[in-house]
Amino acid sequence: MVEHTGIRVVHRGGSKINFREPVITSDSRFLLCGSGESVKVYSTSTEECVHDLQGHTDLVTGVVLNPSNHLQAYSCSADGTVRLWDFTDGILIKTFIIRYHIFSIHVSEKHVGVLFVVVPMANEKGSELFQLVAVHLPRSGDPEVEVGELSAVLCDVSPNPGAVSFGTGGEYIAAAKGLQLEVFFFKKQKSYRFSLKSGMNKGINNSFTCISCHPKEDCIATGHADGKIRLWRNFNQKKEYTYSTLHWHHNAVNTLRFTPEGTNLLSGGIESVLVQWRYTQENQKDFLPRLGAAITHIAVSPDGSLFCTSHADNKITIILSSVKVSAIIQGLVKDDCVRTDLMIDPRSKALVLNGKPGHLQFYSLHRDKQLYNLDIVQQEYIHEQGVDQFQVVKAAFDTHGDWLATVEERRQKSSELEINLKLWSYDEQTQSFVLNTTVTAPHEDQITAMCFSPSPETTLLVTTSLDGHFKAWLLADHSDTEESASWSCDFVGGYHLLKPGCCCFSADGSLLAFGFQEVVTVWSPTSWELLTTLSQPPGAVRDLCFGRLSCSKYLLGTSTKNQLCCWNLLTCSLEWNTPMDVSLLQADPFSENMAAFCSQSGSTDLFVFKPSEPRPLFSKKALCTGKVERAIFAPRDQMLESSEEYSQWLNRSQLYFLTQHMDLMTFSTKTEEDRLLASSKQLMVDDSVAITPFYLLLGRHKQQQQEKQELLTNPLAERTPLPQGSIAIKELLDTPAHVLPSASFLCSMFVRSLLVSSSSRSKLEDNVCTP
Amino acid sequence: MGEFKVHRVRFFEYMPTAIRAMSFNAHTERLALARVDGSVEVFNFADRYFQEKVIPGKDAHSIEALCWVGGRLFSAGLHGEITEYDLENLRPKYSLEAYGGPIWTIISNPQGTHVAIGCEDGTVKLFEVLAEGVQFERNLDRQKGRIISLSWHPSGTRIAAGMMDMIRVFDVLTGDVGGCKSRETVVWTVVFLSDHTIFSSDSAGKVQVWDGHTGTLVKTHQLTKWDVLALSVSKDESSVVAGTSEGTVVQFQFIAPNLQQQEKEWVRTRTFKNHTHDVRALVEIGTAIVSGGMDTQLVVRPLLEKFEEKCFASGLRRIHFPHRNLVSCAQKARLLLLQFPGQLELWRLGESDGHGKPGDILPLKTKPEKLLYLKRKGKDHICCSALSSCGGWLAYSTVSSVRLYRLQTDNNISITKVLQSPGCLGMWSLPVRTMTTELGLALHLPVTLKETQSKLCITLAIPFSHNHVSLFQLHCMVPMYSSCPSAMGIHPTTNNLTMVHADQQIFEFSIAEKQYTVWSRKLQMQGLHNLWLNRDTPVTHVTFNPKNPDQILLHDMYMFCIIDQSLPLPDQKTQFYNQMTLRSLSEQERPSHLHAFKVCKSFQDLMCMRLLDDQSLVVVERPLMAINSQLPAPVRQKKFAT
Repeated sequence: MVEHTGIRVVHRGGSKINFREPVITSDSRFLLCGSGESVKVYSTSTEECVHDLQGHTDLVTGVVLNPSNHLQAYSCSADGTVRLWDFTDGILIKTFIIRYHIFSIHVSEKHVGVLFVVVPMANEKGSELFQLVAVHLPRSGDPEVEVGELSAVLCDVSPNPGAVSFGTGGEYIAAAKGLQLEVFFFKKQKSYRFSLKSGMNKGINNSFTCISCHPKEDCIATGHADGKIRLWRNFNQKKEYTYSTLHWHHNAVNTLRFTPEGTNLLSGGIESVLVQWRYTQENQKDFLPRLGAAITHIAVSPDGSLFCTSHADNKITIILSSVKVSAIIQGLVKDDCVRTDLMIDPRSKALVLNGKPGHLQFYSLHRDKQLYNLDIVQQEYIHEQGVDQFQVVKAAFDTHGDWLATVEERRQKSSELEINLKLWSYDEQTQSFVLNTTVTAPHEDQITAMCFSPSPETTLLVTTSLDGHFKAWLLADHSDTEESASWSCDFVGGYHLLKPGCCCFSADGSLLAFGFQEVVTVWSPTSWELLTTLSQPPGAVRDLCFGRLSCSKYLLGTSTKNQLCCWNLLTCSLEWNTPMDVSLLQADPFSENMAAFCSQSGSTDLFVFKPSEPRPLFSKKALCTGKVERAIFAPRDQMLESSEEYSQWLNRSQLYFLTQHMDLMTFSTKTEEDRLLASSKQLMVDDSVAITPFYLLLGRHKQQQQEKQELLTNPLAERTPLPQGSIAIKELLDTPAHVLPSASFLCSMFVRSLLVSSSSRSKLEDNVCTP
Repeated sequence: MGEFKVHRVRFFEYMPTAIRAMSFNAHTERLALARVDGSVEVFNFADRYFQEKVIPGKDAHSIEALCWVGGRLFSAGLHGEITEYDLENLRPKYSLEAYGGPIWTIISNPQGTHVAIGCEDGTVKLFEVLAEGVQFERNLDRQKGRIISLSWHPSGTRIAAGMMDMIRVFDVLTGDVGGCKSRETVVWTVVFLSDHTIFSSDSAGKVQVWDGHTGTLVKTHQLTKWDVLALSVSKDESSVVAGTSEGTVVQFQFIAPNLQQQEKEWVRTRTFKNHTHDVRALVEIGTAIVSGGMDTQLVVRPLLEKFEEKCFASGLRRIHFPHRNLVSCAQKARLLLLQFPGQLELWRLGESDGHGKPGDILPLKTKPEKLLYLKRKGKDHICCSALSSCGGWLAYSTVSSVRLYRLQTDNNISITKVLQSPGCLGMWSLPVRTMTTELGLALHLPVTLKETQSKLCITLAIPFSHNHVSLFQLHCMVPMYSSCPSAMGIHPTTNNLTMVHADQQIFEFSIAEKQYTVWSRKLQMQGLHNLWLNRDTPVTHVTFNPKNPDQILLHDMYMFCIIDQSLPLPDQKTQFYNQMTLRSLSEQERPSHLHAFKVCKSFQDLMCMRLLDDQSLVVVERPLMAINSQLPAPVRQKKFAT
């Protein structure tokens, strides 16, 4: 098997926008946040993504404004570079190569030309200790500069960027880790350490979680794991330091931020309430409750007019300083587990998966934007641990996107499992799904698989359950009564009381395959006749997939005992099999290709192959750590024209998968990257004028027009100037109205000027006639 | 250690009263504390916070404020009198009517020449402090409302007065009224700083900072919804503490907001919560904050930044119980005498004939029985009481008189007064043939009555000054030691005097040889174990095991200890609390691990521990939970998730 280097695994679309603190520009018009491998520039008023600053080759781990130029921003990344951007135009200005995995970046106005970054102590990626180093940026004109000079400032700091903060005017830097606060004074080159008791035996957790320094006074605010906020003062001495304690949060304080004038302190935590404390009047506080999810970061614009909070559900809320929400930027919601499969809505081509609790979210991968949430459970969600509530566990679309089937379940400790099957029809008028039928307790046990028949004639849904049955549901048309069509059970089947684990329709809907533990049964959905059984023991069948297009005679199955089998349905015999621990088998709906994710010794390998031949088209070892449970082929907007064999499978569709850490990853080919690079290069044609895409569009248009005009005018060079040019009209238009003669006088003059003089006309005619 | 049958007594319903006022004398390091029942206690902070002196209260004689003038202690209260105390004889020296109605506050000027009192009728009266007493000097300008709080400017020329709705600043020399501000609250306390900043705390829950020159408000700190009752400033005026009705103590510090600049401002910093009820009295003593209030405990909260290293003073101290005995026991007659400020109670212990495994609860054959309820005569509170070991004699003393009674408890209970003598006997006790000395060190006449065949003869053991003890009949002086003895006892057979001091040192003095015994010398040579020395309550009683002359029994509030003089002394490396280890060892290994100190902590909140003649222990406990449950309800506070 061959490894191909032309294809990279990248974050594209659906990345976390709450990974690091966002930055609001000094004019409060834009919001910058790291999102996967790029920095996104959002408009704070319209919530639209204005620019996508691409260039990093690994996760962006921090964004800060350039303190010496408010139109530029630095971003750092795990790829070991710091890049300087012009974010208004989306241009990469400079790249500083540091060659360490950078965890966060800090700047201060006082330290011009110096960046502070957090890197691992030892030059290894797996190191647990981190240090804060000062990076002296070399002055050179090259777009790519190697930085040699690094000087350590603080050792053993937390990699969390919220745990480091610059004090008044950059005179000191404060960093907190565990139970210790360290303050380093640059002038004296001296650091003071203050530590708290662990308090664990009293049921208190004093450890530091975040830190923020007052911008005008020497006061450091620290947040703690038990929800306390401490305000430290007098910290330039070992003993006589002092602090006061504020306590509102009942759980860890995730983030703290002083407003630019230091009049307010903002804090947030899991309560999803933004708390605004008045500095020195801490009894008075304002709250902004019901923000939807735990607050992870708070950022304040340099003029103090806007706040923004990042939330655990991948959302950024923009808040006016009057503590009112003004805009919400929503990314792809990724809970700690996705119970539904990844799906593509056939209408909107949006990715569909679990969103907020009890909801399905529709996420456009091309626009990288959440479209809407569909409330499936339609019950109030209670934000409390240990309460069992309904969860959406399965969802399926039919081929045209007219029907959506969802399964929600709830298991309470003592009582029985509650399952609801809901069928939703698409309403053209409201452009959303409307509940059509609810089936309570469709099965006696958990539903293991569900799929719609792809055949255009019937709307048929098949569910399989651990109770040993599969059921077929049909849309019964009650045209005679006034009721609209609703769904009902059509057929109940089983096979030797075995438990079905998966089901799959062939591409034309003429065959239906079930995996009953070790046995694969193939049925005809029209007559509900058992056509054949296939089995390849040992091991229960995990996944079943029919081949498509030219390979539709093949049925592929994976089993728990490391088998990937391919049966030929014409001969009903095994075509080939290989020993592989396939955790997920996914068919591309637009080609014959199939993707198999194999977990092997803690990491996952990917093989892409055609069922007709047991040879992979493409393979990638050690794709990511952990098991890949969810993946989907998403259709492309624009077809790629890649000629290389190994990347052809990505021409029509794109493979997305969710890693163990809930990162949505995809594959990017060289041609795709070249195209992106080309588009960004195009933007950089002329540095002298600020080039926006808008300008480029109009500018080019204008140029073309000019050229066209030239082409038109050239052959008729000797033509008389257009009437606009005549002196009389110029005079008429330029002279102020109050000094003009009467209109009647002007009228005759104006009309006269429009007349073509007879002499020149005759000349022209002469020219034409003479030959 | 041996096995004992234990009488676990919980019927002593001792109830300390709330702390009302405190005053700290930085020069002598004594803290004077007044309780609501009118009693005054003096703690020696240099000697491990030992309760040196107790002056019992009097009916209808409550104290509102205390102040030290040099080494002299004055108090004033709502009865309208100024009282000076005789700290030698532990009684009020004299009382002087101030003719201004109830007195709310008394304060001395920093020079120690005058005291000022704030009266109900709105006058501030100045008294000159003379050698023999105080003398009225003059009234300052009379105001409309009562004067609730006063504070002298450190220069002694101005005085700030907190009243209903306002603060006034008086010029002491001319009596003129200075600044004036109006609000709708009760100004509970004012503090006048040397830079003419005035701190005030009021019933609206605010601590406010005023400029004393102009009378303008500089800053308001809203601490609570309830009252802020107490304020105290540190000696260097860098910190002010405020006590609230919620039981919190809030510290304000004078801090530069920008570290490079010199300009400072008052910033609210730390909050301490050591009380459940109102903090009524508060003192900043430099290294610690001492607070007391409605929940009756005295809390010493050290300011850890003032300590270079961990030491005895750097730990949090809570003083719940008096450092003396309120229970006496007749070992032969199995009687208990419980002392309350207003009455004495005589109980007979219950009996049980059951036998059981160690740790079992034995069934009672006869229940404990209250035999006698003896109300004191007169207005003065009882300061000490005693019961002879045969149960035939009972005596108690107040500030003004001593009474001795003959008791008959066999069939029909009768009590006859034998003796009533005027004069105070301080604290004393009736011991057995073995002389247990119950000793109030502050008292000058602790009397021990020795009872021999129902004939009475009095032997006196008198601690002269605080630091050395002389035994009168035995004509010898025990060498001086720097710390107060907190308990002592004379061994019944060897006639050795065992003394335990407030700093936890133990001495054994042979009265016959007039020198320390060999064991005591050995103990001093080797030194006591650190764990023993670092305990935070003093030993309040010493007794002996009549069956085993080697055993000395001691107890304090948290433990009791049996010292076996025949066993080797522990050195610093040996495990001090070794009971659990010993239990796990086999019989053969045990002797090598034994040492002289055997500490038992299974009984908490101990008021008294005695060994009866039948080798059973009497343990009188007063659980702090029971005391807390009898306190009035604290102010309502919003607690999370309620």
